[in-house]
Amino acid sequence: MVVEEIPKETLLWMYETMVRIRVHEERVAELFAQGKVPGFVHLYVGEEAVAVGIMAHLRKDDFITSTHRGHGHYIAKGGCIKASMAELFGKKTGICKGKGGSMHIADVEIGELGANGIVGGGIPHAVGAALGIKLNGLDSVAVAFFGEGASNQQNFHEGINIASIWKLPVVFVCENNLYQISLPYSKQQTIKSVAERGKAYGIPGVAVDGQDVLAVYEVAKEAIERARRGEGPTLIEVKTYRFRGHFEGDPEVYRSKEEIEWWKNNKDPIKIFEDVLLKKGIATKEELEKMWEKARKEIEEAVKFAEESPWPTKEDVVEDVFSTPTKGVLVWQW
Amino acid sequence: MAVVREITFAEALNEALDYEMSKDEKVIVMGEDVGVYGGIFGVTKGLYEKYGSERVKDTPIAESGFIGTAVGAAAAGLLRPVVELMFIDFLGVAYDQIYNQAAKIRYMFGGKAKIPMVLRTTCGAGFAAAAQHSQSLHALFIHVPGLKVVMPSTPYDAKGLLISSIEDDDPVVFIEHKGLYGIKGPVPEEPYSIPLGEADIKKEGKDVTIVATAAMVHKSLEVAKKLEEEGISVEVVDPRTLVPLDVDTILNSIKKTGRLVVVDEGYPRCGFATDIAALAVSKAFDALKAPVKIITPPATPVPFSPALEKEWIPSSEKIEKAVRDVL
Repeated sequence: MVVEEIPKETLLWMYETMVRIRVHEERVAELFAQGKVPGFVHLYVGEEAVAVGIMAHLRKDDFITSTHRGHGHYIAKGGCIKASMAELFGKKTGICKGKGGSMHIADVEIGELGANGIVGGGIPHAVGAALGIKLNGLDSVAVAFFGEGASNQQNFHEGINIASIWKLPVVFVCENNLYQISLPYSKQQTIKSVAERGKAYGIPGVAVDGQDVLAVYEVAKEAIERARRGEGPTLIEVKTYRFRGHFEGDPEVYRSKEEIEWWKNNKDPIKIFEDVLLKKGIATKEELEKMWEKARKEIEEAVKFAEESPWPTKEDVVEDVFSTPTKGVLVWQW
Repeated sequence: MAVVREITFAEALNEALDYEMSKDEKVIVMGEDVGVYGGIFGVTKGLYEKYGSERVKDTPIAESGFIGTAVGAAAAGLLRPVVELMFIDFLGVAYDQIYNQAAKIRYMFGGKAKIPMVLRTTCGAGFAAAAQHSQSLHALFIHVPGLKVVMPSTPYDAKGLLISSIEDDDPVVFIEHKGLYGIKGPVPEEPYSIPLGEADIKKEGKDVTIVATAAMVHKSLEVAKKLEEEGISVEVVDPRTLVPLDVDTILNSIKKTGRLVVVDEGYPRCGFATDIAALAVSKAFDALKAPVKIITPPATPVPFSPALEKEWIPSSEKIEKAVRDVL
């Protein structure tokens, strides 16, 4: 897709959102190393173009389901970074009141049906949101994000099949970052592209370079418009690469430093897009630099908010199990 | 008092589904063979003809996929699905969507999501259906925080509890014992609800308390009736909902009689029966005049041959002996 066909404000939103995700993730890596962010943290550095290229087509009333590597999806869907940062810290002001953490960041209000600690676990939830959309006669869509590792999971196959037979408005986005923790893609399955699996369920399957946000944007546009028109689901395989380990603290014994450096130097989605914006005169170097500064400021404010926020209290442990009051539930407290 | 008509347990459930579907367009029914076929046990009969294929959805054999679909539709706030898992034994292929997803989403999201869905499923031995179609696995649901678990024993309770379950904003696992579908009992024609978390004393008594679930309620009532002739007064408490549990009613009965027998078709270890026994000794130890007796099947898979299965299922004789033992 030629860049001239995309509104300037969309292009700038895409660049800025990728920058916000990058700055956020690199800051979270520091905070984790400093012991301020506890738990398991999976970062999205290098994969920013995927969430952004897809989310450029989504509205607030569209739904997504995310993964353990979910910060980028949340930010691109319009999630509040202050609330998610406080969540990463485990604070009461967190988006999940400190009960979810990195792997469960969610905001149903903006259609973010949750990161998920179970690989493939969220795929059928997007199918369900799409079923709800269809039966309520809405023109929203649902997007399921998952990794290539999840494409061997039952929920991938069952979810896509159900969406196909019921012709639901859902787009399946497989973020193929080439490693299932340590196992390379070539040892996970014998087909060259996960997109080929669309054929098995009678839906279009298309592969795209996930380091090129414009390419992702173009493929997503067609798939999402198709879903919105009621023509059913599409499987998109986005070929990408994570610049950091599977989780923070990963010794990365399964890939070489040279390989990582090659991707950083040649396939950084932000650099690639920046070159296009500058070359086409869509933005100046100064304008783009301002976006970085703004993002750094935003993230620092979020960190400050998180650090200054109160911890949840012991009373909070037993809250939020059920939505209706129940007697006898906490019998275990003999 | 006007005579209340009698209908079967399956018909009572069907009335509850029909009422909820007529009242709220967000209520849909999903599962294997729930449409034209009307459900393998006939519970969804007629709904497909009345509400159409969009709201009565036959699914492929993809339990994780369609239960997960229900979870997503509920979490999105767009539907209130009632999903049928044909046999509770099939839980294994879909458990993640129930215990890691449906049960935990609300808590993990800091109370900012609701999962208004009902998972209807069947349990129970007695049909020579062998080890993978006969189990009573309610303990696996009770164990996990975030699920409400309902297990009715009569047509009246079935209708009122299913209405409450569908109207509840939390995930409810509604377990129907296969041996109960054909039993008849009085059921009002008009809709009514029975609150989740209220036990029912099926028979009052003063000498021994039996806490029993599902089909075991009926066996316990038979035993109680027989012993009544000998002057032994047995109280039969049916918790009806296992989560939330009506602890007060159970404890009050134990404190009144001082003797407890728990009868359950679940496996013996870490089960519902051991849970109630633990409740009794933790909260009513001073009232107990005898050791608590637990009657469950043995810790074996359910055998196929009717000759073996008869031995496996808790019998009236075993229940009667247990009552006599604690006296």
